[in-house]
Amino acid sequence: MIKAILIFNNHGKPRLSKFYEHYNEDTEQQIIRETFHLVSKRDENVCNFLEGGMLIGGSDYKLIYRHYATLYFVFCVDSSESELGILDLIQVFVETLDKCFENVCELDLIFHVDKVHNILAEMVMGGMVLETNMNEIITQVDAQNKMEKSEFFPFFSLSLYRRLSFSLPGRTGRHRPVLQERPLVPYQL
Amino acid sequence: MSPSVPLQEMIRAIRSARTQCEERGVIQRECATIRAQFRQADNEGRSHNLAKLLYVHMLGYPAHFGQMECVRMIASPRYSEKRVGYLGAMMLLDEKQDASLLITNSIKNDLANSNQYVQSLALCTLACMGSAEMCRDLAPEINRLLRASNSYIKKKAALCAVHIVRKVQDLGELFAPSARCLLTEKNHGVLHGAVVLITELCECNPESLERFRKTVPDLVQIMKGLVISGYSPDHDVAGISDPFLQVRILRLLRILGHNNEAASDAMNDLLAQVATNTDSTKTVGNAVLYETVLTVLDIKSESGLRVLAVNILGRFLLNNDRNIRYIAMISLQKIVGTDHNAVQRHRGTIVDCLKDQDASVKRRALELSLALVSASNIRSMMKELLSFLSSCPPELRSQTASGIFIAAERYAPSQRWHIDTILHVLTTAGGDVRDETVPNLIQLITNTSELHCYTVHKLYRALHNDISQQPLVQVACWCIGEYGDLLLRGECQEMEPVQVTEDDVLDVLEVVLQSHMSSPSTRGFALTATMKLSTRITENVDRIRSIVSIYGSCIDVELQQRAVEYNALFKKYDHMRAAVLERMPVIEKNSQGHTNGDSTGETVKENLAVKVKQAEPQQAANQVCDLLDLLGGSEPPLQSSPALGSTAPLPIGTAGTAGGDLLDLLGGLEPTAIMPAPTVSVYDKDGVTVTLSCEKQSDSGLSITLTASNSTDSDIRGFTLQAAVPKSVQLHMKAPSGDSLPARGAAKVTQMVVLNNPNKVNLKMRLRISYTSQGSAVQDTVQVDSFPGLGH
Repeated sequence: MIKAILIFNNHGKPRLSKFYEHYNEDTEQQIIRETFHLVSKRDENVCNFLEGGMLIGGSDYKLIYRHYATLYFVFCVDSSESELGILDLIQVFVETLDKCFENVCELDLIFHVDKVHNILAEMVMGGMVLETNMNEIITQVDAQNKMEKSEFFPFFSLSLYRRLSFSLPGRTGRHRPVLQERPLVPYQL
Repeated sequence: MSPSVPLQEMIRAIRSARTQCEERGVIQRECATIRAQFRQADNEGRSHNLAKLLYVHMLGYPAHFGQMECVRMIASPRYSEKRVGYLGAMMLLDEKQDASLLITNSIKNDLANSNQYVQSLALCTLACMGSAEMCRDLAPEINRLLRASNSYIKKKAALCAVHIVRKVQDLGELFAPSARCLLTEKNHGVLHGAVVLITELCECNPESLERFRKTVPDLVQIMKGLVISGYSPDHDVAGISDPFLQVRILRLLRILGHNNEAASDAMNDLLAQVATNTDSTKTVGNAVLYETVLTVLDIKSESGLRVLAVNILGRFLLNNDRNIRYIAMISLQKIVGTDHNAVQRHRGTIVDCLKDQDASVKRRALELSLALVSASNIRSMMKELLSFLSSCPPELRSQTASGIFIAAERYAPSQRWHIDTILHVLTTAGGDVRDETVPNLIQLITNTSELHCYTVHKLYRALHNDISQQPLVQVACWCIGEYGDLLLRGECQEMEPVQVTEDDVLDVLEVVLQSHMSSPSTRGFALTATMKLSTRITENVDRIRSIVSIYGSCIDVELQQRAVEYNALFKKYDHMRAAVLERMPVIEKNSQGHTNGDSTGETVKENLAVKVKQAEPQQAANQVCDLLDLLGGSEPPLQSSPALGSTAPLPIGTAGTAGGDLLDLLGGLEPTAIMPAPTVSVYDKDGVTVTLSCEKQSDSGLSITLTASNSTDSDIRGFTLQAAVPKSVQLHMKAPSGDSLPARGAAKVTQMVVLNNPNKVNLKMRLRISYTSQGSAVQDTVQVDSFPGLGH
């Protein structure tokens, strides 16, 4: 079972936090801080599995993480999940984000947190892996978005909406696409 | 505008805040606005407000006032509002909040909605935060959805069912038939969900496990389809067809095949095929291979397959990718108990991993190395472990130290080596050892009288170098106090002689007493040692007297107490001083596992346990044994309290005969109730015999004693008995006397079983016997229909 999925940047600011077990808010923040602490200390070419950590890493739990550009993707899992499988799942997740956002970068995750939640909900449900086929996930997410938009834009066309949302100013700074920058380990799938 | 723009404006505002204080201000203003807008009944931008609140919640600010809003949004007919409402429910609500009960009805309605996305929202939320009551209410709905025609809904319903089963175990029965049907689906998502559901059902309920064993052929068929099939673009990940599903099925096969011959046979071919055909150059291939190896090692596979599996693990261990090495070590850890020799072959690689820079790999390598230490490799392994100790990361030090101690205790080739090793650990990592190390070491030293001279010289030198490691200082002070005369004599066979004068010794002890690094208990040790030296040295007694009197006014009350007492000893009871301060008596070795130099330490311990219980397995004989203990301990007791008053440990081997002598002494006390109870042999196969004798305790109570013995030429390990009785009979199995049967009937294992048969049904018992002999596991079942002495 997956206990939590966290995405935070190189400075520890959370970009997505999804817990599949209930903690109160202070504990959640503590967990994020502690996980960031553990993960940021890791060297460049060590393995992607971490044990230890008081709150979320008990004796049975491991942290499996991947570092893409400025973001850490951390999954906290127990022993019923295959470790290498989860590594691949993280890869599938990032590739799905890439397809949905077109060269996703950190800013996309910052400004569209709700969309990221929706995509994640199609992949992992209740702490268990639901769907791993990227095309299937994207189809479902698109259909749901269409439904949502049809409630708001009975008259606007879809393409107009796209142009509107991408005219957001201030897209500078962390513009580096997530997938193209120095992956931690030359990942092979 | 689009639903998310107000959210984005707020995010931009938060990000432009330059300090934490500014950010808090922005967020507080926003929260106040949101709260005001929640209070208004109808509002266009409701979903935006909730989305903003959730963002703020992620940053760590309180958001509990949004809970009722979530409930309201979930009930709204609009999809966008429902979506945000459900997301809020997952993030803000949990079973402890009352608001979670309010959404049960909404979820029920949404589960019946015609739109599949609305249904999926409800399913998702129920799976994430459904409480036990909600699960009970909605379980029938989920069961209905499991049989729906829409595969999107089916796969979500399957995982929701898993969550329900986890919360309320009894509902597993409800989902079992539907789960079985789902296995015939073609859609991989549904298959995946079905396999997870069946895994969960099997794990929590052994009856379901039996039932689902019948699905093994179906699962094998599906796997074969995945492995052999050609390229399918939908599910292909780097050349392997749907590795996630393959891994899940392998895991389920593992659970189904565990301890079951028939199921394991059905899987053998498939596992062999997967193991040989999977491409191991990519991570996905390795994931599938790894799962296959774990499955092979856990079921009753044939030996050729096991060898293949261990070889694959060995290959993993040599892989360049650290991830692969890490998981190889995890799996080796799991099998080191059962296939010890196979893992020993890779010891060299594992020991090399101790020097890896990665902390996770080091941790795994440490645990494995400690498990691999044996009598034959103790010296080389200890060298590696000691060098690891000096360079290991701080969080692993105490684990390493205690592991080294345990290994040294079990397999030390000689006393001197043992003491050297402990001293080495104390000098390197003295701050990280456990508290009982000091008394244990002292006990060890007192028990090896021939090495006293060597030990005290070595400790003196260590003390001279460094007084910061408290355990070491404590042991050193104690030894100098006890054996100071040996130290001053100067000669020692095992080391080069060094001349130590009385002044030097007293200087060292005084330094310890006065140093700020010494803890209060260390100072106590040092003061006592100084006092003891007063009878062992000849010239500087006055100096000792002055040291001791100084501490008579020390602020530490414990130290002051000692100093005043010693002062009194000097002044008023000088004639008794020599007697009071003579050598301490030897502490008895009572803890288990003290088998210095004996590589069969474990079997010795087992034999002890078996010998003690070897007396007739009768209540009466047990009483006699108790009497034996009271009479002064004819056997070294296996509990840690020494027998009353006896300080000399009697030789272990005479347990039986001493007992016999005392029995004779008791003569008339020998209970006449010792009638040989009728015993009947219930199992006799391959040299293993189990006999049963029973005794009526009361009208409905019965106590049965099962005795097992082994007449083959090889030892048997892991011997366990399990019993099953008819439903109305209550069964209580006591702990067995041991679990290994030495060869040729050298010792027996007995186990008591207490039955209560209030309904006086016809008593039958089914016994399952399992053990490991010569490396292979054997399991057998036998039914006992008649019980001797009962007249059934």
